[in-house]
Amino acid sequence: MTPSPSESSSWEQAGPERLYVITGGRSASGHRAELDLVTLVVARAAARPEMQPELASILRMCHYPLSMAEISAYLKLPFSVVAVLVSDLLADSSVEVRATVRTAGIPDPELLKAVMYGLQKL
Amino acid sequence: MDSRSSETAPGPAREDALPASAATAVKIVVVGGFGVGKTTLVGAVSEIRPLTTEETMTEVSVGVDDVRGVEQKSATTVAMDFGRISINEELVLYLFGTPGQQRFWFLWTGLFEGALGAVVLVDTRRLEASFDVIGRLEDGGVPFIVAVNVFPDAPQHPLDQIRTALDLPSAVPIVACDARSRASSRDTLLALMRYLYSLSTSSTAAAPVAASAVPE
Repeated sequence: MTPSPSESSSWEQAGPERLYVITGGRSASGHRAELDLVTLVVARAAARPEMQPELASILRMCHYPLSMAEISAYLKLPFSVVAVLVSDLLADSSVEVRATVRTAGIPDPELLKAVMYGLQKL
Repeated sequence: MDSRSSETAPGPAREDALPASAATAVKIVVVGGFGVGKTTLVGAVSEIRPLTTEETMTEVSVGVDDVRGVEQKSATTVAMDFGRISINEELVLYLFGTPGQQRFWFLWTGLFEGALGAVVLVDTRRLEASFDVIGRLEDGGVPFIVAVNVFPDAPQHPLDQIRTALDLPSAVPIVACDARSRASSRDTLLALMRYLYSLSTSSTAAAPVAASAVPE
């Protein structure tokens, strides 16, 4: 159902017009504030044929948790556009987001220890 | 841009999917000039092939040579390469490489927000390119270390000399790094983490982390 993006070659470049169409000319609001590049998104609903293709793509690729940055990379859309789309999906509970650690200043030592331990295993 | 695999929907390859238990993600920013090795460093430690996220510069920056004289509203896109390291079943670390030039600082607002810290990657042949970056991080209160990417054909200077040249505070660690090497890049990240850890345990005035509860 969803046309492959490669079929629409004139839309290859994410020019302003295309981005305007995808977002309906909106900038993200509402949930936007809680969305970070590393916010993990998980689908909670299946893609429906009548959905906007980009929204359907997000639901399909977020079967397992995926960061906003990765969604942006795979869709080849700027983060700001992905934020609008994910906000829409959040609004109708099609996705959930997992809490981003907001470090106000210096991070928690326990968190840092966990990261160090993980890096040492590399 | 890389080629799309034809009939497949966009998304990660199966082996690049995170476990369903992944609940929390943190980020580290690698900042430096073009060609200094940011993507090399990210790629050396990333468990996925580095990906690229783009952001559109919607406002034409005044005084930027590249866009001066452009009459129509043009959307300049700036690419950031990033990689990923699964720390454990719940925790994921993302590494973002971002250009250090002042005209890209508009990217930094969301990028450094919530970041653990930064690695300033420097090339001894172009130390002056790092002054602004270091000043900006200091002003923004972003904890960082300096990593000197050791290029085979670059003059080798003692780290103390580079510290002096960069006017780096004595508390800020400076390390040598070979961004091509996984072990060396990992050690660079560990140097940052140890520095952050020392800050987190020494500064009693530090505000407690406002980590939201992890959902079940």
